Amino acid sequence: MGWTKNERRLLAASVAFSLCLCLCGTADAMHIMEGYLPVGHCLAWGAVCIPFLAWGLISIRRIVARQRKAVLLLAMMGAYAFVLSALKLPSVSGSSSHPTGTGLGAVLFGAPVMAVLGIIVLLFQAILLAHGGLTTLGANTFSMAIAGPFVSWGVYALLKKCKVNQVVSIGIACALGDLFTYVVTAVQLGVAHPSPVGGVGASIAEFMGIFAVTQIPLAVIEGILSAVVYMLLQSFAKPELREIGMLQESRKVAGGAVK
Amino acid sequence: MSKKTVVTILILLAICVGLALFALWSNQGSEFGGADGAAEEAVMQIDPDYTPWAESLIELPGGETESLLFCLQAGIGALVIGFGFGYLVARKKYSKKDAE
Repeated sequence: MGWTKNERRLLAASVAFSLCLCLCGTADAMHIMEGYLPVGHCLAWGAVCIPFLAWGLISIRRIVARQRKAVLLLAMMGAYAFVLSALKLPSVSGSSSHPTGTGLGAVLFGAPVMAVLGIIVLLFQAILLAHGGLTTLGANTFSMAIAGPFVSWGVYALLKKCKVNQVVSIGIACALGDLFTYVVTAVQLGVAHPSPVGGVGASIAEFMGIFAVTQIPLAVIEGILSAVVYMLLQSFAKPELREIGMLQESRKVAGGAVK
Repeated sequence: MSKKTVVTILILLAICVGLALFALWSNQGSEFGGADGAAEEAVMQIDPDYTPWAESLIELPGGETESLLFCLQAGIGALVIGFGFGYLVARKKYSKKDAE
């Protein structure tokens, strides 16, 4: 796919800016709570996010320009992430957490788009809800809006190659993306707060126990819900799905699909 | 939408509700505090000298206001999703030659 000169420039600039910020940061380099990551880590995670955000903006601009029909679906995917991340569900571990809702959009539109949609959700929660935080925005964006969606995207691509049923693959992809988001959160906190006894590894294990274990049933719920939404879209939004290339295989080259 | 699809969707939604109910049932007596709160405690245990260096911009007065804002978030999202599906369903219903 051809990149225009301006798009390439924007991407290059964002990568360069990100690298600078990473180097400036101190050497050691669900949402993490406001103030709970050292400054260096906040800057570093924020810097890592910048190129992905630029990539996401470029993809969104392209969708708006070339796949006009699908814009409604894109808005619905953002709204889906909004709803799911507001649902704090009880989990078998006895604590609560919320799903991310970023997997479905990543499968439909590609992971970069979700970096932008995800950061909107996180900003809303950090500013208005005192949930997450502005200083930890970078780290949370990386886990929920970048790492999770990319896992969903990759898992879906893999399952598609293996010819697994499409709805089932979407369910699995979204569940794994959701779970991975919280694995990343646990690692981020573990690296920032190494345990005096066991070091980084012990800390990661500790936070993994808090975030990832709580998340397992919620990830299953998110996988199921995403599959349900996709089934509904299959019934009612065929033209849009065809436009973004989700129905190509089952239609035996129907034409009109945007390559 | 075929009958089979509707039934499948209902069964899947029932499984979701079941999972949440099972979590509630298997931890009776627990308050289901947020995992982020549990993580705050863990940080303090691992690293007792660490002081959080930033505070949330807005300190919400209490649980009620917080639940208001969370509802607002879910409401805005549900509005957009509902609008989208309303549009899509009506289009399918009223389009002369089936859009399929």
